[in-house]
Amino acid sequence: MNEQEKVDKTRRNLVVATSVVGGAASVGAAVPFVASMWPSERARAAGAPVDVDVSRIPPGELAVIEWRGKPVWVLRRTKEMIESLKAVEPRLSDPQSKASEQPKYAQNEYRSASPELLVLVGVCTHLGCSPQEKPADAKAEMGADWLGGFYCPCHGSKFDFAGRVFKGSPAPLNLVVPPYTVVSETKVVIGEDEKTKGA
Amino acid sequence: MALGVWQWIDTRFPTLGAEWRKHASEYYAPKNLNLWYDFGALAGLVLIIQILSGIFLTMNYKPDASLAFGSVEYIMRDVPGGWIIRYVHSTGASAFFIVVYLHMFRALLYGSHKQPRELVWIFGVLIYLTLMGEAFFGYLLPWGQMSYWGAQVIVNLFGTIPFIGPDLALWIRGDYVISDATLNRFFALHVIAFPLVLLGLVVAHILALHDVGSNNPDGVDIKKFKDANGHPQDGIPFHPYYTVKDLAVAVVFLAIFCFIMFFVPEMGGYFLEANNFNPADPLKTPPHIAPVWYFTPYYSILRAVPPLFHSQFPGVLAMGIAVLILFFLPWLDRSPVKSIRYRGGLYKTWLAAFVIVFFVLGYLGTEPTTVWGQFRDPWDLLDTKDVATWVARLCSIVYFLFFFLMPWYSARDKVKPVPERVVWHA
Repeated sequence: MNEQEKVDKTRRNLVVATSVVGGAASVGAAVPFVASMWPSERARAAGAPVDVDVSRIPPGELAVIEWRGKPVWVLRRTKEMIESLKAVEPRLSDPQSKASEQPKYAQNEYRSASPELLVLVGVCTHLGCSPQEKPADAKAEMGADWLGGFYCPCHGSKFDFAGRVFKGSPAPLNLVVPPYTVVSETKVVIGEDEKTKGA
Repeated sequence: MALGVWQWIDTRFPTLGAEWRKHASEYYAPKNLNLWYDFGALAGLVLIIQILSGIFLTMNYKPDASLAFGSVEYIMRDVPGGWIIRYVHSTGASAFFIVVYLHMFRALLYGSHKQPRELVWIFGVLIYLTLMGEAFFGYLLPWGQMSYWGAQVIVNLFGTIPFIGPDLALWIRGDYVISDATLNRFFALHVIAFPLVLLGLVVAHILALHDVGSNNPDGVDIKKFKDANGHPQDGIPFHPYYTVKDLAVAVVFLAIFCFIMFFVPEMGGYFLEANNFNPADPLKTPPHIAPVWYFTPYYSILRAVPPLFHSQFPGVLAMGIAVLILFFLPWLDRSPVKSIRYRGGLYKTWLAAFVIVFFVLGYLGTEPTTVWGQFRDPWDLLDTKDVATWVARLCSIVYFLFFFLMPWYSARDKVKPVPERVVWHA
C-alpha cells in the first residue's frame, strides 16, 4: 500500500463523528413528529361524566349511553335475568371477576352496586367491538343452553347478563364496569364515583 | 427528425437510454415464461390505476369525521364521472390483492424465492405488508360502519401486545376511541406516506430482480449458456417480447376489471360490504362484521386461537406469525430444485393442502363462527361447540405446518433431474 492509498485517520474520524452527530440530530428531529400523534389536548379534555335517568328505562331493556365516545349500557335486570347469572356460572371463565376490571363495589356476582341495575362499558374485551343483547329466547341462534346475555358479532364472544365472559370465547376478560354513582331512584351518574372524585 | 431529437437528448441525458437498454430492450428474460409471469406486470398496472384514481378521489373527498361519509356519497352521486372513479379505486383494491396473491403463488410454484432471489422475495413481502397497511388505512376513509369497526378491531390488535400495547393503540388512534383524529391521520398515511414507501419498494423489487435475472418455469439458470454476443441462449429481450405479451394480458385483465367495475362493483359484498353504506356509529357494531376478503384467511386464524392466561394476545401473535413467516420462506425451503416440475410428491401435496386451507380459512373469515352449526352434546367438554371454529383451528394448524415442516419435507422430497437448459414446448 503506497502513501496515497493509506487511510487518513484524522479525516476518517471526522467523517464518523459528523455522521454520528448528524444521525443523532435526525433522530431528535423525529420527536415532535412522533409526539404529534398522541391525543391532542382537546381530545384529553373530553370525557365529562354523564347523567342518566334510569326511571325511563323499562325493566329488561338495554339503554345505550355515550360516555367518552364509547357505548355504556344501562340495563335494569328482570328477575329471570338475575336468576340466570347463578345458572351459567360453571360455564364462565372468570365468574368471580378476579382478573377483570371493575370498581370495588361491582366486584360481586352481579357485577353491580345493586343486583337490579347493571352498568357496563359495551365494548368487547377482545378487540373492541360492541356486543349485542341476545335475550333468553334467542336459543335457535345461540344454542339450546343459552339463558340470555350478550354476543359479540365480530369474533363470537359470549357474555352473560353481568357481562361475564363464557368459556370458549376469544374475549379473555369480562366486560368492563365503568365508575358510576347511583344518586337516587332515578338518577345515575356514569364516569364518577367516590374514587374518581377523590382523585 | 425524431432520430435527431433523440440524439439531442441522448448526448445531454445518456442515463435515459442506458436505463432503457438495461431494463427493457437489452434485459434478457427466459424465453419460456408462461402466464404466471404476467401478474407482476399486472400488479404494476393496478398500482398505476390506484394512484391515478386516488388522485382524483382526493379532489372531492373530505378527511373529516363529520363530512367524510357524505363526501363519498357526493362523489358517487354529484361529481361528474365520480362514481366511475370511485368504483375503479374500490375494484382496484381487490384486484391488487388478487394479482399479488397469484404473483406470490407463482413463486411457490417455481421456487422464485430461492437463491439467488431471496432479496427479491423479501422486498416482495415488504410490498405485500405495505399494501395491507395501505388497504387498511383506505378502508377507514369512507367512514361507514365497516370502516369504523374494522379499524377498531385492527388498531386493538396492536393494543393486545404485552406492556406497550395499550399506549401503542392510543398513539395510533390519536384519541381514546377511533375518531376524527384517526380518520385524518389515516388519510395522510393512505394518500402520501404509504404510496411513497410502496413505490420505493417496487423500484427495489425490480432492480434486485434485474440484477440477478428472472427465474422461469424450469427453475434453471439461463446465464450458464451464452451466445457469441454474450446474451443468454435461452433469453429474449424483455422489450419487445414481454412488453407485448404483458400488454396482451393486460387487455384481457382490463376487460375483466371493467366488467366487475360496471356490473358487479360490490361483488356480492366481497369487494364493498353492504354495511359500509351506513355511516359510522361508534355506539353500535353491525350484527355481522368481517374484513374484506383479502384479510379473511388471517382473520380466521385470529378467531380460531382461544385466549390463554386471560389474554387474547396468542391469537394476535398467531395471525402476525402467519404473515411474517413469509419472510423466512427462502430459508425454510431446502429443496435442491426450484420448479414444481422437478419437485416430488411431498412438496406438491403440502402445497395443495396449503392452497386448500388458505381458501377454507378465507371463506370462514367472511362468515360468522356459527355458519356450519354446532356439535351435539357429548362435545360439551370442548371450549366451543361451533363446527366452523374447529375447522378453522385444523386449517390454521395445516397452514403453519406447511411452513414449519418445510425444511424437513422439502429436503426429503424425491426430486427429478433438472435439465441443463429450459425445456421449450412450442
